[in-house]
Amino acid sequence: MSFAWAKQYEPKSAFTKWVDEKLPLPRLVYNAVGAGYPVPRNLNYMWNFGVLAGFCLVLQIVTGVILAMHYAANTEVAFGTVEHIMRNVNYGWMMRYAHANGASFFFIVIYLHIFRGLYYSSYKAPREMIWLLGVVIFLLMMATAFMGYVLPWGQMSFWGAKVITGLFGAIPFIGEPLQIWLLGGFAPDNAALNRFFSLHFLLPFVIAGVVILHIWALHIPGSSNPTGVEVKKESDTIPFHPYYTSKDGFGLGVFLILFTFMVFFLPNMLGHPDNYIEANPLSTPALIVPEWYFLPFYAILRAFTADLTIPFTGIVLIEAKLLGVIAMFGSILVWFFLPWLDKSPVRSGHYRPMFKKFFWFGLIPCMALLTYVGGAPAEEPYVLLSQIATAYYFLHFLVILPIVSQIEVPKPLPYSITEAVLGSDDKPGGTDGGGENPQAAVKPLPGSDPDGSLQPAE
Amino acid sequence: MASTGASVGAEPPEVKDGDEGVRRRDWIHVAALGTAGVGGIAVLLPAVSQMAPSKDVLAESTTDVDVSAIQPGQSIKAVFRKQPLFVKRLTPEEVAEAKADDAANMRDPQTLAERTTEGNEDILVTMGVCTHLGCVPLGAAEGENKGEFGGYFCPCHGSHYDVAGRIRKGPAPTNLEVPEYSFTSESTIRVG
Repeated sequence: MSFAWAKQYEPKSAFTKWVDEKLPLPRLVYNAVGAGYPVPRNLNYMWNFGVLAGFCLVLQIVTGVILAMHYAANTEVAFGTVEHIMRNVNYGWMMRYAHANGASFFFIVIYLHIFRGLYYSSYKAPREMIWLLGVVIFLLMMATAFMGYVLPWGQMSFWGAKVITGLFGAIPFIGEPLQIWLLGGFAPDNAALNRFFSLHFLLPFVIAGVVILHIWALHIPGSSNPTGVEVKKESDTIPFHPYYTSKDGFGLGVFLILFTFMVFFLPNMLGHPDNYIEANPLSTPALIVPEWYFLPFYAILRAFTADLTIPFTGIVLIEAKLLGVIAMFGSILVWFFLPWLDKSPVRSGHYRPMFKKFFWFGLIPCMALLTYVGGAPAEEPYVLLSQIATAYYFLHFLVILPIVSQIEVPKPLPYSITEAVLGSDDKPGGTDGGGENPQAAVKPLPGSDPDGSLQPAE
Repeated sequence: MASTGASVGAEPPEVKDGDEGVRRRDWIHVAALGTAGVGGIAVLLPAVSQMAPSKDVLAESTTDVDVSAIQPGQSIKAVFRKQPLFVKRLTPEEVAEAKADDAANMRDPQTLAERTTEGNEDILVTMGVCTHLGCVPLGAAEGENKGEFGGYFCPCHGSHYDVAGRIRKGPAPTNLEVPEYSFTSESTIRVG
């Protein structure tokens, strides 16, 4: 794979030659995230979030393994061991706050990553498999985050577990036995807590596996880019290292500033105070809300308040409870069909005027509204708002997107990435590509040194 | 000055560095990697420190033992930091024997006076942990093998301790450890 002009790994010392023969791991790294991986030269900061998501996964695994050294998955002591981590374990408070806020930041990063994919249609051919694997990763993340939230065994943990496993109880015929099987009891208890801990430990490594497939699938066609025009020649690309390693490094620095600010100054802002009350199976909190990153989907779940009936007969086809569950799962499963629902050959939203309007003034406000009503009490006007937003959500993906992609007249695309960046494919200061010495290929600027080297402003 | 391709391609030979011989790009490299290094260490330290004994474990650092009921020649086992603690009241004969051996050839020479407190040299407080590989020696309970020197005997690898808990024979490198302790009253000691 990769482009014909990708630089080849050349081990220099006898030792690296020896390693390259036995286990070409340095070669793999060189071709994956090194100078041997040509990447479109015009990626903007929205392309930082893949690397940031990978960082978040590592962060969660490291802090999670540390927390697991001090936590005990037993209903008698689980809540106490979390307090033990906070008070007794050296830097335990830091590990726990980093893990809890790390989950939130993981979702922030992933949502921006998905948002990027939606706006620039990164899901279109030849990148469908990357998108499908990404949706799988997102589903695994949701399961992992939910089970992790149960582990502190606070009030929100317990009632979250009860409500979410109750979703499976909505499935006809097998629902109730399924729910009991999932919990290993009739309500969340020790059996559920133990299996949730076991799976919460396992799933991040499954995610890491799917992430490897995700990156593998990405590296076959290479990254998309803000113009959506495919790479045509060498001048459209620059090597991943050092250009995107440094750009991602800068993004990581910004991310870490925001993240550590939350961990050290606002560690509980995104959490729910009720989860500092130990689980009580006899008392439900006044308002059960999931963590913020589940709110849009929770709003869709609650939007269905009436049964689906055959009109005038009173025959119930689907109960409201089941409708909500179907809609909630459907809201994510619809993403699996996105590459085929959006038929427009143009990728980037920049060049799609109608798509762009529906994206910014339809989908984005709809998601914001769903997030808001998902955290609001189940009463008017929030129920009506959630119903409107839910209706739009499905209309957007199932109706608007296919129609828009058929009738829209896209704006003219640049001939190439180089043209999009420089205004011309053959311009002073432009380059015909990197190769061994990218400087040598730079076309001289008027009045510059005859040797043609570009002088950066310093 | 530096060229944009400096870190990937070859440096064009005609490009001259500044007089100081350090390019701004080098400075940025050093500053960025230095910051990342300091940050990495700042993350590593808590990650290592979290495995050290937690505050509740350290808070278990003292144990009070009532020694008044121990009869001469009798030992009791207590627990100090989750490890066995032997408290033994020596008989006058044992005190005499231990004192007589003070000058004997030992691996870890110590006198009885050094291993007990002044005025209470019949009360011997030692950890019940063999200094070889950590087994619990026999001899603290009635009827147990006290070894060739009448003190403690470790069955794991055959270390013989005398009446004062001093290693006399076998692989253990040092005498049974005497933890820090003091008498808080006539009848009670506080260990730790």
